[in-house]
Amino acid sequence: MSSDITPPVERPKTTGLHVGEAAPGVAKTDPIIVVDGVRRTFGGLTAVNVDHLEIPRGAITALIGPNGAGKTTLFNLLTGFDRPDAGSWTFDGKSISGMPAFKVARLGQVRTFQLTKALGLLTVLENMKLGAKHQIGERFWQSLFPFFWRRQELEIEDRAVGILKKFKLDAKSEDFAASLSGGQRKLLEMARALMSEPQLVMLDEPMAGVNPALTQSLLEHILDLKDEGMTVLFVEHDMHMVRHIADWVIVMAEGRVVAEGDPITVMRNPAVIDAYLGAHQELDLGVVTGRYEAEDADPTTDALASDTVEVSDIEEEASEESK
Amino acid sequence: MSPTATAELVVDINNVVAGYLPGVNILNGCSLQARRGELIGIIGPNGAGKSTLLKSIFGQVNVRSGTITLDGEDITSLRANQLVALGVGMVPQTNNVFASLTIEENLQMGLFQRPSAYAERLEFVTSIFGELGKRLKQRAGSLSGGERQMVAMSRALMMDPKVLLLDEPSAGLSPVRQDEAFIRVSEINKAGVTCIMVEQNARRCLQICDRGYVLDQGRDAYTGTGRELLNDPKVTELYLGTLGV
Amino acid sequence: MDWIQILNNSASSIISPATLAYALAALGLAVHFGYAGLLNMGIAGFMALGAYGYAIGILTFNLPWWAAALLGLAASAVFALILGIPTLRLRGDYLAIVTIAAAEVLRLLFLTTTFDEVTGSADGLSGYHGSFRASNPIPEGTYGFGPFMYNEIGWWVRILGIIALILAAVTVWRLMSSPWGRVLKGIREDEDAVRALGKNVFSYKLTALVVGGVIAAAGGIVYALPSAVNPGVYVTSLTFFVYTALLLGGAATVFGPLVGSLIFWVLQTVLGNVLPAAVDAGLLPFMSNIQAQTLRFILVGIALMLIVIFRPQGILGNKKELTFVK
Repeated sequence: MSSDITPPVERPKTTGLHVGEAAPGVAKTDPIIVVDGVRRTFGGLTAVNVDHLEIPRGAITALIGPNGAGKTTLFNLLTGFDRPDAGSWTFDGKSISGMPAFKVARLGQVRTFQLTKALGLLTVLENMKLGAKHQIGERFWQSLFPFFWRRQELEIEDRAVGILKKFKLDAKSEDFAASLSGGQRKLLEMARALMSEPQLVMLDEPMAGVNPALTQSLLEHILDLKDEGMTVLFVEHDMHMVRHIADWVIVMAEGRVVAEGDPITVMRNPAVIDAYLGAHQELDLGVVTGRYEAEDADPTTDALASDTVEVSDIEEEASEESK
Repeated sequence: MSPTATAELVVDINNVVAGYLPGVNILNGCSLQARRGELIGIIGPNGAGKSTLLKSIFGQVNVRSGTITLDGEDITSLRANQLVALGVGMVPQTNNVFASLTIEENLQMGLFQRPSAYAERLEFVTSIFGELGKRLKQRAGSLSGGERQMVAMSRALMMDPKVLLLDEPSAGLSPVRQDEAFIRVSEINKAGVTCIMVEQNARRCLQICDRGYVLDQGRDAYTGTGRELLNDPKVTELYLGTLGV
Repeated sequence: MDWIQILNNSASSIISPATLAYALAALGLAVHFGYAGLLNMGIAGFMALGAYGYAIGILTFNLPWWAAALLGLAASAVFALILGIPTLRLRGDYLAIVTIAAAEVLRLLFLTTTFDEVTGSADGLSGYHGSFRASNPIPEGTYGFGPFMYNEIGWWVRILGIIALILAAVTVWRLMSSPWGRVLKGIREDEDAVRALGKNVFSYKLTALVVGGVIAAAGGIVYALPSAVNPGVYVTSLTFFVYTALLLGGAATVFGPLVGSLIFWVLQTVLGNVLPAAVDAGLLPFMSNIQAQTLRFILVGIALMLIVIFRPQGILGNKKELTFVK
C-alpha cells in the first residue's frame, strides 16, 4: 500500500529545528511543547518513561515506534486524557501537567483518536459546529434565547461549510456521521478539529485503515496545516508517509525516546532499526532455530553467523536483560 | 519441499468479508490455508486487517460472507467458547493473562474443559518453557510483558489445540525479547502445533514461518513460502522497507 | 359493566393533576436519561422534595403557596448538586445504584419519626391548601362539559399544572435545540470526543441533572397541590412508573414524555375501572376486587419490560438517535 500512492507535490521540508546534535531529548530552536521526566506505569509495566522531549513549533513531527512503544500513552498524557505517575510539561511556555483534557483543548491543542470519534448520532454539519470554540449558544442561560446566539451560529455554519468543502465532505453535511465510511470519518474528525483554530494538531494514526485514494488527500491536508501556521504531531506506522511529510521524527520504544532527527537519518539509526526488527538483524532466526539451512538464509542476513549462533545464546541474552 | 506441504488442511478460510461496524468492511475477500504442522505468518501494514482475520477465525468479528472451516467442519458462525472446545487456541496481544491468578491457576484455566489431562499437558508445556515449571506459584500480575505472553501461550497450549492463533507476539517487547518470542513460537510449532501468527515485525515473521500471507486493504496481496516472500523484491520493497514496517 | 362511567372517568383523567404531575416528572427524566444519558434511578426522590418542600414551606415556614413552591424547586436543585458532584464521574450503572439509594434515603428521612413535627412522618402532610385556595381567581362554581366537570379549585389546579407543563416543555425544547443541547447530545454518545473539543463535560451533566430535577420537583408539587403529601407514594416503584411513561412516549423527545404519561395514566384509569368492574360482573372469577387493582401494576411492569425489549425508542423516538440501544 505504502508505495501505491504517488508522493504529494513536494513541499519544502522545514529544517534547522534542533540545537546541537540530533539525539533523544535534543533542544529545539522554537519548541511548542517541552516534556520533562514523564513516567507512566500500568501495574508493573512502564508504558512511558521520557526524560526530556521538545516538539518543534510550526513543523510536522512524526512519533513512530513499534506497537506497545508508548506513543498513544504519551499522546494521552500530553492532552490531559491520562495522568502520569511523575513529570511535567509545558505548552507554549505554560505548564499544563495535571490540566484536565477539556482545558488543554481550549488552550489551542486539539487531538484526534486512533479509533475515530466522529459522533455518529450527529450529522456531519453538527459535528463540525460542535468543534467551534467560544460559542455563546453553549452557555446555559443564553441557549434559551436564540436571539443571543443565532448570528454566531450562522457564522460558525459558514466556516464549517467552508472547511467541509476543502475536505470534500460538503455534500454529506446533512447526513449522520455514522453513514460515512471509515476514511471519511477520519477526514471529518480532522476537519472538526480545525474548527477550533488550534495551534497544535495532534493526530493519532491518521492513516490507519484508510484506502490509498483517501490517503493522498489526508496527506495533503496535513501539509496544508503546516502551511497555515499550525504545528502538527502525529503518530504513524507507515514509513513511506512519514518520510514524505515529516520534518522531524521522534522514535519511541518501550516507553523511551530512542532517537530523534530528520526522517532520512533517523531511519538509518541502528537503535531505531533495532527497536523495530529485533536485536540481531544480521541473524536469520529461521536458520538459528534450525528450520532452514544456511544456504537458504535471508539474503539481508549473515548466513554464517546465523548458522553459528544457538537458540540458547539468544535466550541467555534475553534473561540477562531482566537482571 | 517441506514435510508439511502435503499434510491435510487444518484451517481453510475462504473469501471472507468481515467488519466490526455495520457497512464498514475490514476484510474484503480474504483467504488463507493452514496445513497440519505449519507455521503460517500474516504480515501487512496497520489497518490491513491482520488482527481482524485472526479474530474472524475466533468468532470475535462479524463474518459477512465467506466460510471458515476447521478440519473440514464449518466454524464460520461459532462462538469463541465453542471454538475452544473444538481445539482453537488464541493468544491475544493484550489482556492475555488473569493478573490476579497465579501462573498455575492461569494454566488450569486453559484446561478447564478437560481438567484430567493437566499433568500431561503441564509436562508438554514445561518442556518448551522450562522456567515456567519453577514459577508456578507466582502471581501473573507481577510478570513483565514478555513473561505474561509466555504464560498466555502456555495457557493456550494446555488444551492441546488443533491450531494456535497468535496476535502479534512480539508487540511491545524489547529487541532481544522480540527475538526470544519468535524463537518460542518456532519451538511451539516444532513440537507439532499448527500455528497462525499475525506480526508487525514482518522480517522476523517471514524468517521463521513455513508460509506467509501479506495482507493489504483487507485482501491477500501476496502469498508464498516464507523464503519466497523474503526473496521477493516487491514484498521486500513494500513491506519490509528499512524498518520492516 | 357501566361503560359510560368507565369512559367518563378515563376521559377525565387526561388532564387530572396526576397525569400532569407524571408528565412533568417524565419530562424531567427525559432531560436526565433521554438527553443527557444519565441513568437516574431516583427520580421519585426529586418529586418527593418538590412535594415536601411545598408542604413544609407552607406549614412550617408559613410561606405563601408560590414561595413554598419555589422552595420545593430550590430543594430539588440543591439535592441535584449534592448528588451530582461526587457521582457524575461514575459509570452509568454505578450512578443508577447511587441514585436509587439517595432517593430511598430521602424517603426514609421523610418517614422517620425524628422529624415528625415537620414532615408528619408516616402520616404525611395535609391541610396546606389555605393560601392556594385563597389565591384562586376563579369564582365558586362548577364548570366544564361532559366528563370534564370540575369545581373552581379543580380548574385552578389544572390550569396551573398545564402552565407549568408548557413552561417546562418550552424550556426543554429551547435548550435541546440550541448549541448547548448539541453539546449534550455529543456527551451522550462519547464524552471523550466532546472533552477533546474543549467542552467541560462535567458541568453540562451537572446542569442537566439540576434542570431535570427541578422539572421533576414541579411534578411533585402539582401532584401534591390538590391533595396530600404521603411518603408511601415516593417509593422506587414510582421511579419505574415514570420510566415506563417516558420510554413509552420516547425518551429523547419533548413530546414523548407528555404523550407517554397521557397514555400511561389514561390506561391506568381505564384498567382501574375495568378490572374491578369485570370482577364484579363475574368475568374474572379467580380474582377479588382488590387484587384486580394490584393487577394493574403488574401489567405496568410487564409493559415496561416489553417496551424496553421490543421498542426502546417508544412511540415518538428515533431509533437512530438512541445511545442506550446497540
